[in-house]
Amino acid sequence: MKNLRWLGMLAVGAGSVGLAQEPELSAADTAWMLVATGLVLLMTPALAFFYGGLVRAKSSLNTMMMSFVALGFVGVAWALVGYSLSLSPGGNNFIGDLRFGFLSGVSLENKGAVVPITIPHLLWMAFQGTFCVITAALISGAVVERMRFPAFMLFMTLWSVAVYAPLAKWVWGGGFLADLGAWDFAGGTVVHINAGISGLVAALVLGARKDFGRQAILPHNVPFVLLGAALLWFGWFGFNAGSAWGASQSASIAFVNTLLAPAATLVAWALLDLTRTGKVTAVGLATAIVVGLVVITPAAGYVSPTSALLMGAIGAFPSYFALLWRARSKLDDSLDVFAGHGVGGMTGAILTGVFGQKVIAGVEVGYFDGLIAGNPQQVLIQAFAVLIAVLYSGLMTFGLLKLVGAVTPLRASAKDEATGMDVSQHGEESYTSGEGAILVLESGEPRGAPATVKG
Amino acid sequence: MKLVVAIVRPEKVNDVLEALYKAEVRGLTISRVQGHGGETDEVQTYRGTTVKMELHEKVRFEIGVSDSFVAPTVRAIMSAARTGEVGDGKIFVLPVEKVYRIRTGEEDTAAVTPVG
Repeated sequence: MKNLRWLGMLAVGAGSVGLAQEPELSAADTAWMLVATGLVLLMTPALAFFYGGLVRAKSSLNTMMMSFVALGFVGVAWALVGYSLSLSPGGNNFIGDLRFGFLSGVSLENKGAVVPITIPHLLWMAFQGTFCVITAALISGAVVERMRFPAFMLFMTLWSVAVYAPLAKWVWGGGFLADLGAWDFAGGTVVHINAGISGLVAALVLGARKDFGRQAILPHNVPFVLLGAALLWFGWFGFNAGSAWGASQSASIAFVNTLLAPAATLVAWALLDLTRTGKVTAVGLATAIVVGLVVITPAAGYVSPTSALLMGAIGAFPSYFALLWRARSKLDDSLDVFAGHGVGGMTGAILTGVFGQKVIAGVEVGYFDGLIAGNPQQVLIQAFAVLIAVLYSGLMTFGLLKLVGAVTPLRASAKDEATGMDVSQHGEESYTSGEGAILVLESGEPRGAPATVKG
Repeated sequence: MKLVVAIVRPEKVNDVLEALYKAEVRGLTISRVQGHGGETDEVQTYRGTTVKMELHEKVRFEIGVSDSFVAPTVRAIMSAARTGEVGDGKIFVLPVEKVYRIRTGEEDTAAVTPVG
């Protein structure tokens, strides 16, 4: 996000004379960030619909629950330790300290945060927390229809502290990637590459679904997929424009780019679909919207609207072909977390270094110049940050899954997987008529006659 | 001619279809049904309401075959649908009085012999 603002803060911290000009608390900024925080939170249930529609009916609740459960477990972990480890000013270049543990010292004043802010510190903490929640939920798409639910809850909670927090620190909390000058406006590296690589590793560790490659596994509710994509886009305005941390010109350019980039991706994707199969597909367009949003995320406040259109269009290609390749491979990254978020995130991070510019639409709202504006080195810095994120996220996810696997089995039994994860993991079904259901009283004795006659 | 009716687990439908295809059994009808075959009741809870599901999702195959095809058809279903757990289903073989193919008016064995 705002590395320069952070550097200014560092100067204050280092005791530079007369720089202690804390910005004023702003009612306008606070109003926007209150809304933006709610918008980003909506993205997690939106993701539940997006993912839930893509799986088979018998595992649809389980898939949606994997996102919903992040709202609780990751949200609580964030308040207890995650926020402090990610974004406390203390610690070192790699991890924050525990000064904000259990939210101690996080006040309603705009003071104490790792960067100068114009909104209450607590609100800023909440806004950042919604990012951590959706990132953990994104990984679930790679392990649906086979991972045991308790194992997933444990994994995602640990992951939010051990993988998300350090990466957020490096990029946004004044860590070593920020020092190097890597730019990530709203989370291309921290959120999308991170989730994409973790998903890839998790799919490899878990192994493919029993039916994968043996029979067609089709989306059970495509309208849910479209609903999810629509709500994700809506929430993403808070995600990207909120990452300006105020109701500013920077927020406005991020907002406009969040409108334009996915629009361009949608057009490019539709034309690719049309050329390849002669038909434009609904699941394809829903995917295109998400990919476009992922691609523009790291660049949202750093590029011009024209560049956003170009980035969206260009960004369609790597993900489109990664999806095609994946579906024919043996890799059961079931809902394409890697092709969508990993590949899209990397494309966006690199293109941020290409298209970044300080002056956008006549105002200096950007923070750096990229390749086209005459600073080719930025591309290399972006690529380095991508590499670090890939390595850290991949290795740590592998280690965490092995750790969780040593405590409790990661995979559901073959029988549970065949029955469907809704009944086997939750004792509920998405679509039940209630026929044949006998009410069980507290005494444990069935009441009334069964709906069927036993032979 | 016989009518082979088989009740199998939904997750085994693809295996059964594949086995039937290999046994060169072509014409068939399937429907989603609910039934109870002595398997353990599965318990579900919705907020405070706990229920035992007496009925389980099953899929019913109906296959009209000539006499020589009865054994291969039954064998194919039996091997493909079996898991060894209670609830694998049943196969019923029923006598058939008359069969007509609507398109051509063919009768009996000719009507259940696949085209070309």
